[in-house]
Amino acid sequence: MTPLLEIENLRVSFPTTQGRIEVVKGVSFTLGRERLGIVGESGSGKSMTGRAILRLIRSPGEVTAERMMFDGTDLLSRSERAMRPLRGARMSMIMQDPKFSLNPVMTVGAQIAEAVRAHESVPRRALANRVREMLEAVRINDPDRVARMYPHEVSGGMGQRVMIAMMLIPRPDLLIADEPTSALDVSVQAQVLDLIDELIVNNGMGLLLISHDLNLVARYCDRILVMNSGEVVESCDAADLHAATHPYTRGLLAAIPRIDETRDVLPVLDRSAWSGT
Amino acid sequence: MSARDWLLDESPNSRMQANAGRFYRMGLALLRNPLAVLGALIILLLIATAVFAPWIAPESPVGQMLDRRLLPPSSANWMGTDELGRDIFSRVVYGARITLMIVALVAIIAAPLGLIIGAVAGYFGGWVDKLLMGFTDIFLSMPKLILALAFVAALGPGIENAIIAIAITAWPAYARIARAETITFRSSEFISAVKLVGASDARIIGLHVVPLCMSSMIVRVTLDMAGIILTAAGLGFLGLGAQPPLPEWGAMISRGRVFILDQWWVATMPGFAIILVSLGFCFLGDGLRDVLDPKQAGKS
Amino acid sequence: MPIDFRSRDGILRFFRVLTGFVLTIALTFLGLLAITFFIGRVVPIDPVLAVVGDRATQEQYDAMKIAMGLDRPLILQFVSYVGDVVQGDLGRSVSTNRLVAEDLARVFPATLEMATIGIIIGVGLGVPMGVTAAAHQGSWLDQGIRVLALLGYSVPAFWLGLVGLALFYASLGWVSGPGRVDIFYDGVVDPVTGLLLVDSILAGDWEVFRNALSHLVLPAAILGFFSLAYIARMTRSFMLDQLGQEYITTARVKGVSEWRVIWVHAFAPIRVPLITVIGLSYAGLLEGSVMIETVFSWPGIGNYLTVALLNADMNAVLGATLIIGAVFIGINKTSDVLYRVLDPRST
Repeated sequence: MTPLLEIENLRVSFPTTQGRIEVVKGVSFTLGRERLGIVGESGSGKSMTGRAILRLIRSPGEVTAERMMFDGTDLLSRSERAMRPLRGARMSMIMQDPKFSLNPVMTVGAQIAEAVRAHESVPRRALANRVREMLEAVRINDPDRVARMYPHEVSGGMGQRVMIAMMLIPRPDLLIADEPTSALDVSVQAQVLDLIDELIVNNGMGLLLISHDLNLVARYCDRILVMNSGEVVESCDAADLHAATHPYTRGLLAAIPRIDETRDVLPVLDRSAWSGT
Repeated sequence: MSARDWLLDESPNSRMQANAGRFYRMGLALLRNPLAVLGALIILLLIATAVFAPWIAPESPVGQMLDRRLLPPSSANWMGTDELGRDIFSRVVYGARITLMIVALVAIIAAPLGLIIGAVAGYFGGWVDKLLMGFTDIFLSMPKLILALAFVAALGPGIENAIIAIAITAWPAYARIARAETITFRSSEFISAVKLVGASDARIIGLHVVPLCMSSMIVRVTLDMAGIILTAAGLGFLGLGAQPPLPEWGAMISRGRVFILDQWWVATMPGFAIILVSLGFCFLGDGLRDVLDPKQAGKS
Repeated sequence: MPIDFRSRDGILRFFRVLTGFVLTIALTFLGLLAITFFIGRVVPIDPVLAVVGDRATQEQYDAMKIAMGLDRPLILQFVSYVGDVVQGDLGRSVSTNRLVAEDLARVFPATLEMATIGIIIGVGLGVPMGVTAAAHQGSWLDQGIRVLALLGYSVPAFWLGLVGLALFYASLGWVSGPGRVDIFYDGVVDPVTGLLLVDSILAGDWEVFRNALSHLVLPAAILGFFSLAYIARMTRSFMLDQLGQEYITTARVKGVSEWRVIWVHAFAPIRVPLITVIGLSYAGLLEGSVMIETVFSWPGIGNYLTVALLNADMNAVLGATLIIGAVFIGINKTSDVLYRVLDPRST
C-alpha cells in the first residue's frame, strides 16, 4: 500500500535583507492512514511544514523538495489551479485560533457549506442537511441556530468545533491540525482533541498533528517527529518517546513540569548539546 | 572603524551617534524605494530651480515682447510664449519660487499650530482635551477648499491671504495626529520620570512630547503638500491667490484658459509643473511613511 | 456587535447611537455657522456703508446700524443669524438680486447630477482597481494603479478640465463643450427634479437626454477620476489588510477558487468601511465641483460660488459655503453612523 503522504527533503525559505533564510531545512517523512505528530518550539518550522504540504506558502516564500507525493500524485508539479480540487476535498487543515480563522462577516453555516460547494454541486436542501449532520457530529446541540450565527457570537471551543466541521465535511483523507487547541481554554482542549481523534479514527484518515506540547502529541499520535530550527532531530513511536536519544528531545522532556514532583528550578535547554543554534 | 560601522553601531556611545545612525538607516531604507528616491529628486529639483531661477531662466518672467505673442513651443522658447510675448519656460522657472514659498509658509504656520494644540490636548486630557478637540473636529469636518475660498473672499485676494486661508484649513489634521501620538506615551514611565525630576508641563511638552510626534508629522505634512499646492494653484486659477504679473502656476493656467482651444501650450505647460511637483511630494511622502511609520505602511 | 433590531437592547442601542449622532451633527453645524458668521464679520467691507452709501451723515449711518442690528453684542447678532439661517433666510444676493436661498435651490440639482455621475464612475472603476491592485500586490499592475491613483492627488482639477476640453471637445469632437445643454435645447423640458437627465427621460425627450449626456460626460468623468484615485487607494489598503488575515488562508485551505477568496472572503468584510470612504469621496466631489464647474461653465453651486466670489457678493458666498458645508458634514456623519450600525463585528 502506498503511503498517503511522502515528503523528501522539503525546504522552505523566505527572503530577508540578509539574503534568503531557510525556515525548513530538508524535512523528510512519510505518513499513512495514521496519526503523526510534529513537535517543536515556536520557530522550529513545524507550521511552515504543514502549510508547505498544502502549498499555502505564497510568494516571496519558496518551497522546494525532492519528492512531495500525496496518494500517488505529485504535489510539487501541480499548478495553483490544480491544487484546488485537492485542498479541502482530499487534504485539509485545522487552523490555530477560530477568532481569526473564521470569516467575521459570514455565518457559520455558510462557511461550512462553502467547503462542500467548492468541490461538488449539492442541492440546497441536501447541503443544509449535511451541514446539520456535520454540526451534530462535532457535538453542537442546536445546529440550526448555530449555523445562523456569526463567528463572534460563538465561544472559542465552539468556534474550533465549527472549524473541525468545516474541514471534515468534504471527507478528506488527510487532516493537518496546526496547534488546534493552543488558543482554547484548558477545559475544552481535551474535548476538541478527543473529537478530532474520534473522527479521524472512525473515517480512517491520516492526521498530522502539529503542536509545541510533547505530552499532548504523545497522547494522541502513533508516531512523533521532533523538529528544531527547521530540521527533524528525532523520529520515534509515541510509546518510545521516553527513550528518545537526541539531546534536544531529552531537554524538552526534562523541561516538562510534573505534578508529582517538587523542583526549585526548571532546567533550561542547553543548546550547546547539539549542533543546532 | 569605518563611518558606516560607526553609524550602524547597535550600542551607540552618544546621543548624537544614535541620532546620526537613525537617520542613516532611514536614508538607506528610503534609497531602496525607487519612487521615494524619484520624489526626493523632484523636490530637490524644485528647490534648485527656485534658488537658481535667475541663472536657469533664459529670460525675465515679466518682460513683455508684444511682437512675439502666443508662439508655439520652439527651440528659442521651449514652452512657447504667452499673450504678452513672455517666455513661458522662464515664468514656470520663476513660479517654482512662489510654489516653494507657499508650501513652506503653510507648513511653517499650520504644522506647529496643530502640533501644539494636539500635544497640549493629549498631554493634559480632561476638559482641555475635550474643548480643543471639539474645536478641531468642527474644523476637520468642514470642506477645506470651500473654507479657504470663503476666507480669501473675506480677507481679499492675494498670495498672503491665500497662504493664511490654506494654513487655517490645514492645521486640524496635524492636531489630531499629534494628540493621538501624545496619548500613546502620555502615561509612560519616562514622562513620569521627567515629572518627578520637577520639569514643568511646558518643558515636558516642548522637549519630550513634541519631538516624539515629529516623525508622523513629517510624513503627514509631506503627504499634504500635494493638496496644498493644488489648493494654492486653484485659488490662483480663480483669481483669488497670487495676482498678475506674478508667475504663479495656477494664475498662469487661468490666463491661458482663453487660448486653450488654439494655443494649448499657454495653459498646459504650467500644469505639467504642478503635476510634477505634487507627484514628487506624493512619492516622497509614501516612501517616508513606509520608513517612519511602518504600521501605516501600504495604507491610504 | 451589529445592531439587532429584534431585541429590546438592540433598539435601545440604536436610539443611543442616533441621539449621539444628532448631537454631534448639531454641534458641527453650529460650528459651521460660527465660521461663516465670523467670516461675514471680518470682511473689510463695512456692511452699513454698503447700504447707506458713503455720503450719508453720521446720524443716518448710526440709524441704519441700529436698524441692521449691528449695534448689538456679537453673541446676540450670532443668535439672530442662526435664527435666520434656520428659517432659510440667507439674505439677498447683490449680483442676481434674488434671495440666496432661491438661487441655491435652483443651481444645486446641476451639481448633484454631475457629482452623482462622477461618484458612479469613481466607485465603478475605483473599487475593482483597488481590489485588483491588492490581489496582485507588487506587480506591474499594482504599480500602474498606484501611480494612476497618485496622479489623482497631483493633477489640478481645473487643468485636467481645460486639457479635456481642448482634446475631447475641440480636437476630437467626441463630447459637447461647456454648459449643461446646447442653448437650442435650453428650457425644452420642464424642470421637475432639476436633474436634466431625469427630467428629459420623464418628458420622453431623448434628443435633450443625448445632448445633456454629451455635455455631462466629460466633467463627470474628470470628477470621477478624482474619486477613483481616492477610492482605489483606500480599497487597496483595506484589501491588503484582509488578504493578510488568517481566514483568507482558511478559505484557501477549503479549496475555494481564488476569485471567491478575493471577492467574497476578502471583499465582504470591507464593504462597510468602503461605504464610509465612498461617502467621504462623494462629499469631496461636491467640493471638487467648484473648480470643474468653473472650467465647464456648469450652472451649479460651485460656479455660483466662484461668480459670487469675484463679485464680492458676500451673502451669496456665505450661503453657498453654508450649503456645501452642510451637505459635506451631513454625508460625512451619516456614513460614520452607517458604519457603526452595519458593521457586523464590534462598534
